[in-house]
Amino acid sequence: MTDTPIDRMARATPRIVARRVRGLSDRAIAWLFVAPTIFLLLAINIFPLIWTVRLSFTNYAANRPGREVEWVGLRNYERILTSEGIWANMQTTAHFLIWTITLQVLIGFTLAWLINRKFKGNDLLTTLIVLPMMLSPAVVGNFWTFLYQPQIGLFNYMIELVTGTPASSFSMLGPGGLAKWSIIIVDTWMWTPFVMLICLAGLRSIPDYIYEAAEVDRASKWRQFWTITVPMVLPFLMLAVLFRGIENFKMFDMVVLLTGGGPGNETLLASIDLKREAFEKWRTGYSSAYAIILFVTVFGLASVYVKALNKVKQR
Amino acid sequence: MSAYSVTEPSRASKSVAAVLVVVYAIITLLPLLWIISTGFKSGPDSISYPPRVLFEPSLEGYVNLFTTRTRIGAEQFAALPPPETWYDKIVRQSGTVIAGQSRFGERFMNSVIIGFGSTALSIFLGTLAAYAFSRFKVPLKDDLLFFILSTRMMPPIAVAIPIYLMYRELGLSDTHLGMILLYTAVNISLAVWLLKGFIDEIPREYEEAALIDGYTRFQAFRKVVLPQAATGIASTAIFCLIFAWNEYAFAVLLTSGKAQTAPPFIPTIIGVGGQDWPAVAAGATLFLLPVMIFTILLRKHLLRGITFGAVRK
Repeated sequence: MTDTPIDRMARATPRIVARRVRGLSDRAIAWLFVAPTIFLLLAINIFPLIWTVRLSFTNYAANRPGREVEWVGLRNYERILTSEGIWANMQTTAHFLIWTITLQVLIGFTLAWLINRKFKGNDLLTTLIVLPMMLSPAVVGNFWTFLYQPQIGLFNYMIELVTGTPASSFSMLGPGGLAKWSIIIVDTWMWTPFVMLICLAGLRSIPDYIYEAAEVDRASKWRQFWTITVPMVLPFLMLAVLFRGIENFKMFDMVVLLTGGGPGNETLLASIDLKREAFEKWRTGYSSAYAIILFVTVFGLASVYVKALNKVKQR
Repeated sequence: MSAYSVTEPSRASKSVAAVLVVVYAIITLLPLLWIISTGFKSGPDSISYPPRVLFEPSLEGYVNLFTTRTRIGAEQFAALPPPETWYDKIVRQSGTVIAGQSRFGERFMNSVIIGFGSTALSIFLGTLAAYAFSRFKVPLKDDLLFFILSTRMMPPIAVAIPIYLMYRELGLSDTHLGMILLYTAVNISLAVWLLKGFIDEIPREYEEAALIDGYTRFQAFRKVVLPQAATGIASTAIFCLIFAWNEYAFAVLLTSGKAQTAPPFIPTIIGVGGQDWPAVAAGATLFLLPVMIFTILLRKHLLRGITFGAVRK
């Protein structure tokens, strides 16, 4: 560092004053540092969101920019909330959400509980198990269509090996009602490790002395599990469920490539239906209202849930 | 250490746990191994019944991934000079000749450019904001932090409509810059939250000392905080990179040609009568491998990254 007269003066003056003299004030720096991020989010998240709200009251169609845009009030919202198709999609979404979360919590917690036995090599195994969740859902979804092929697919073949059901006698992605389970299987395969990792952190946060005290009190292992392990992991588990819930409500990429919403409308999640309305049928105004309804639903459910989570944490 | 501890699991329970976890790991890794091995199968081997575990490795999938091929008449085919390169040879075996390069290389490069570009920008903006949130009194700090996080809850399609319209007006649709800005906007919440956590852990005393020594705030930030936060910044960067790398919804809606990344491209690789699975698998392998390596490198910070810093271990 060069030793200018200003530097020397700065060293002689008290710190607060020095900062004023030698550079921007902390307050200015704070604003300078935060402003670009806020600006970017306003431009690419909030402004578009407000625009979506505005479009939702119109009959605008993005593929026909020349057409006159009419203000239609709440008609789009009314149509969506009274449409049977959309309630069916919401049910499909709910089915997907409930089953993926249940399976992931059960398997994820069990795995974490097993890994927490601290056997040799548990670190390496954890890293390997975690791999699927880091991969591109689109590429994974696409490849699973191959694993699910009735004749040549690995999945069907494995089922044949284990249960004896001929591999070509069922089609995971075709008609027959299996498709909605296919997407649940792939999602569970990908995201169980996520729940597992969070549960593992929860289990490792429980101090040994609590179990030691329970042992002194002669509490059975079973009782220790239900009165110590489960309640202490619960906040972690609920956090995992929150993340999975939000993510799967938005789910688009993996399912689009795996089933495209088919066969028929069997796996048509709300987000996929929204994409069709917006970018295939080009009903921009209508789909904007649809998007707002979905966003409000996630946001509302998440807020209620976070309140419950905080209560559990405080206990 | 005592010989007997109530909290140490017994040897038997350890072995049972180990066996169960190994079984799960094998089942869960099977699809990944299948992707990798299918990339090295020949066309017929990839679709044989029962599925082949042992096969003669072939680079056909990789050659097909990078080339486009045409079938020519038998006479023309017989009149061709002998193949000059190893890849010519592989292509000739299936009765076709190379017609040109495929788009895969280009799409892969787009993924690299957009991934690294948006990661650099997210980290740059995120580090500044995280430092300010960590060290200064910012008015409405908690509200701003929550606002930053809540942007992540939005379904991509909800903002994709106006972004599509906005980009069309601004000439940003299907450009690298447009995608970089978009992915930065999505990633910045993760970057700010993770980096704030990492910077919070650096003791303030270091900077205070530097300030007393005559550094300006800015110098203290650059010369004291940044080097201390290097590991945190690196792992945050990898998380941002993985997200941008894997992203599909925005890419498929907002890009079509010039700036299209690999995820929307790989599913469109088709051969005769459906997808060319060895080529798809080859593309998937090349695309997924960097992420697998990063995951292994990141394993210590994984939990923090996936929970936005909510769980730190």
